[in-house]
Amino acid sequence: MKVLVAVKRVVDYNVKVRVKADNSGVDLANVKMSMNPFCEIAVEEAVRLKEKGVATEIVVVSIGPTTAQEQLRTALALGADRAILVETSDEVTSLAVAKLLKAVVDKEQPQLVILGKQAIDSDNNQTGQMLGALTDFSQGTFASKVEVAGDKVQVTREIDGGLQIVELALPAIITSDLRLNEPRYASLPNIMKAKKKPLEVFTPDALGVSTVSTIKTLSVEAPAIRGAGIKVKSVAELVDKLKNEAKVI
Amino acid sequence: MTILVIAENTNLALAPATLNTLAAAQKIGGDIHLLVAGESVGAVAEAAAKIAGVSKVLVADNAAYAHQLPENVTLLIAQLVQEQGYSHVLASATSNGKNILPRVAAKLDVDQISEIIAVESADTFKRPIYAGNAIATVQSTASVKVITVRATGFDPVAAEGGSAAIEALEAANDAGISSFVGEELASSDRPELTAAKIVVSGGRGMQNGDNFKHLYALADKLGAAVGASRAAVDAGFVPNDMQVGQTGKIVAPQLYIAVGISGAIQHLAGMKDSKVIVAINKDEDAPIFQVADYGLVADLFEAIPELEKLV
Repeated sequence: MKVLVAVKRVVDYNVKVRVKADNSGVDLANVKMSMNPFCEIAVEEAVRLKEKGVATEIVVVSIGPTTAQEQLRTALALGADRAILVETSDEVTSLAVAKLLKAVVDKEQPQLVILGKQAIDSDNNQTGQMLGALTDFSQGTFASKVEVAGDKVQVTREIDGGLQIVELALPAIITSDLRLNEPRYASLPNIMKAKKKPLEVFTPDALGVSTVSTIKTLSVEAPAIRGAGIKVKSVAELVDKLKNEAKVI
Repeated sequence: MTILVIAENTNLALAPATLNTLAAAQKIGGDIHLLVAGESVGAVAEAAAKIAGVSKVLVADNAAYAHQLPENVTLLIAQLVQEQGYSHVLASATSNGKNILPRVAAKLDVDQISEIIAVESADTFKRPIYAGNAIATVQSTASVKVITVRATGFDPVAAEGGSAAIEALEAANDAGISSFVGEELASSDRPELTAAKIVVSGGRGMQNGDNFKHLYALADKLGAAVGASRAAVDAGFVPNDMQVGQTGKIVAPQLYIAVGISGAIQHLAGMKDSKVIVAINKDEDAPIFQVADYGLVADLFEAIPELEKLV
């Protein structure tokens, strides 16, 4: 079974982002970039499926600038077999990304597509579900467990009140939640080997996809800062403040 | 302008987040239709018709929608939007809304705007990005605006006072590519995290899952829900559905009591809009104190039992 994994290059999760002084966006100059943490989990899941003998080939794809090749090489070092970059320096919406991924799905014909549930920059949580609509594949979002059996996949999903288990016909889309697995680190020999693995580059035009967006960001501002309050000396003082000053209990 | 709001429901009851989503719809302005999809949802539809400001309740009662499978519900919503020409489609940014609505948007070939916290006008909205470290104002020129609404950004509309007409929909869409196997829902008499007026949360400082019993006792005295930081969830103390933060639930109660929580950015993203924040931590330099209205530097295993006695 062929598995396609989509990964996104984003600001590293340890970086505290700053809003630009002119409110046009977030300052990304000289900031460390990494693979989106949820995408790392997606890659790991595909590699584990291959180790179990379920997946036969893992193709990793990213939509982004030339530098997104770094994240694709990381995925190759973790165990993906080959990579595809759909190169664009434009900001693309989740719908445009889903359309580009649909074009890749049409070319590659995977049985399973695994994505992160959301990217930690735009926090959209849309791409996997949109790809589901465009391909008419079934979808198992926010997955914490994935079990492939025959032509079906059983997915345990993290939902608001607990867990939900669904059975999906293949081909299917899976989006990873945090507890799906703990991603491994790439070993040095694997990082070296990854440099020789194939990486193809396409443009959105070559795939016949328009990335025109209907959403415009007018401004980006820093959130309101919440000031520190006071330190109380005892539990009794705390209860008194909550009852008589804040009046919340 | 007519807005379609997707009612979040369990087949038996309407989820409270629907009332917040309706508040966002009212800010946009126009007629509001509320779609109740599910199986045997008669009681939900009747409750929905009483909500203030709803002009029509559309009921799709069919086994195909019983478990809100996105492959089926998407077909229903997309068809409805195409036939009726709605200007906006809104759903709550719950795990269910997030699962279904982007699929609807792509079916309609439009971009979606996720988790809005404010309505500036009928086409302009504010939403947090980068885990709430920046707030973007975005404008949509899409023919139909497909939007998920973060409940904490909007005060709920009144659940009573309306008398909307109820209209049954015939459409039965079963894509036949997915099925419900089962669910494991946490059963608790405590209020739901995102709807609770008071939330008591524990972090890594709780040391183990058993120690959460101190928080449960305090919560029961206060009528509060119990949450946890990602650190406590990752350490295996409590299940993930209790997680408050960027990667868990977003809450904004009247009172949030953070116990043994250091205050990582990812946690603050989930609770910083609470009206009053209390932090109890033995580390006086913990970042949580920078956002707390009332901080208490103390050993939580002494402070929590004492607090339980005094409230």
